[in-house]
Amino acid sequence: MTAATLVEQPSLHEENPWARAWRRLKRRKGAMAALAVVVILILVALLAPWIAPYDPTRTSFGLVRKAPSWAHWFGTDEVGRDVLSRVIFGARASLSAGLVSVGIAVGAGVPLGLLAGYAGGWIDAILSRLVDAMLAIPFLILAIALSAFLGPSLSNAMIAIGVTATPVFVRLTRGQTLAAKVEDYVEAARAVGNPHWRIALRHVLPNIVPPLLVQASLAIAGAIIAEAALSFLGLGQQPPAPSWGSMLNTAQRFIAQAPWMAFWPGFAIFFAVLSFNLLGDGLRDALDPRHK
Amino acid sequence: MLAFLTQRLLQIIPTVILVSMLIFGLQQLLPGDPALIMAGEERDPKVLAEIRQQYRLDRPIPVQYFYWVKGVLSGNLGESMRLKASVGSLVREKLPVTLQLAAMALLIAIGIGIPAGIVSAVKKETAWDYGANLFSLWGLSTPNFWLGILLIFLFSVTLGWLPASGYVKPGENWEASLATTIMPAFVLGNALAAVLMRHTRSAMLQAMGTDYVRTARAKGLAEGRVVLKHALRNAMTPVITLLALEFGTLLSGAVLTEQIFSIPGFGKLIVDSVFNRDYAVVQGVVLVTSTIYISLNLLADIAYMLVNPRLRG
Repeated sequence: MTAATLVEQPSLHEENPWARAWRRLKRRKGAMAALAVVVILILVALLAPWIAPYDPTRTSFGLVRKAPSWAHWFGTDEVGRDVLSRVIFGARASLSAGLVSVGIAVGAGVPLGLLAGYAGGWIDAILSRLVDAMLAIPFLILAIALSAFLGPSLSNAMIAIGVTATPVFVRLTRGQTLAAKVEDYVEAARAVGNPHWRIALRHVLPNIVPPLLVQASLAIAGAIIAEAALSFLGLGQQPPAPSWGSMLNTAQRFIAQAPWMAFWPGFAIFFAVLSFNLLGDGLRDALDPRHK
Repeated sequence: MLAFLTQRLLQIIPTVILVSMLIFGLQQLLPGDPALIMAGEERDPKVLAEIRQQYRLDRPIPVQYFYWVKGVLSGNLGESMRLKASVGSLVREKLPVTLQLAAMALLIAIGIGIPAGIVSAVKKETAWDYGANLFSLWGLSTPNFWLGILLIFLFSVTLGWLPASGYVKPGENWEASLATTIMPAFVLGNALAAVLMRHTRSAMLQAMGTDYVRTARAKGLAEGRVVLKHALRNAMTPVITLLALEFGTLLSGAVLTEQIFSIPGFGKLIVDSVFNRDYAVVQGVVLVTSTIYISLNLLADIAYMLVNPRLRG
């Protein structure tokens, strides 16, 4: 070992863990490409009114089921609407469903998991059995039943997906909290007389964020597929507002006459889900190298 | 072993009770009054009152729950208000269809996922490995309803090789049955193949780095024998338990697949029942699916215990 490396070593130890994770993430080309696609998708969703070539709900009976052309790059649908414009606006429904429903699941699941893991005893027993029960009902079936109860709409689909995804976050947070609460730094915080809520929020929570972040990224991918599935079944975004899932539902009836109607919205779902999956994989490797 | 089984079974009881409460709660969540649907367009108040009394819809919710559990325990899952048939008979009629589809999907997933995982691990960081990883990313990211539509376009509309929808029982005509189920089974098994590939690859990589594999190589055994007899046999333990758990997931995935291919199975039954507010059927189907899922979890635990001598204690 040279003198130079000996001098460099302490600075490596002092590196902020998030900066180290970012450095590791940057080395993974797949994850960086996925991050770029996610950023582009978010921009497309935000700028949809300015970048879509046509109004996504404007029908034209002279343009019914026209194949892709220079005027309509992705073709037109069964009532003459521009498929490209609908795919661009559909990004809003899918991304907001992904972000909002995972936000609901994290917002409810993390505090409950923290409570179960930190408090233990009967609180843990009750919450854990409830989580087991919810996880015993298949994800999509529970989401369908909840969406049907709330009524078919995009916002209700988001709530249904969020509630259905909550148990996974409760279980993950509980497990991580159980592991963290026996660590020396938590013991030290307890020894100096910190109240329980402060130990849980200021000492345990910040140390369990990395696995939650990875799970959230993967859960967004799952939520995008779930929203598309609910919209495909008629329980999500309602016509004429565009959504990738509902576009596929309509396209199924015209697959022989207008296959482009099915290709593009499906490809958009695939691309978005693939990006979040790759990003989640990259984050896992960057935040926890043992998982390689 | 007996203590483990007893403990595991005792843990299941509160879960099953809570699942039954959640499932019964679904009835309260679904919109609309079932009595109004059954009474038809005239909605005669006398008929409405009779229906409410007959189905105990006029009783408090805990009482309704008690009668429902009592019925379930004696094998009575209730009656479909829409189809005028017992839920038990509907389950008996539809479940084999979905089980056939799920079993075929499982075979397809095993046939693709495990060999792909082995090749990917043995040929690590080669074109084979990258190809297998691409396949797994494709499988995990493709919505099965889109894949179903694309396959219908290719094999039914363009090539005309397979029917786009419908179902024939294997007992009636096995060739026609295979033709109607092969596409939906592939669609259902696609994502599972990707999951299996990832787990097999990871388990194989771990096994290939162990001392017993190094010893087998040092003895001069052929590489194929080392991989298949020594590494694979040990790597399959976690994969087999995963299969038991994933079979339950297939039942959930069948909801969309059956919808796309118009297959009259469990998945289609639940979607139709939700849209028609057929409460008893929704409860029955969800209860049966959850029970299968919980039982598979238990079986996976037991299987893991049996094949792993260190856990037997």
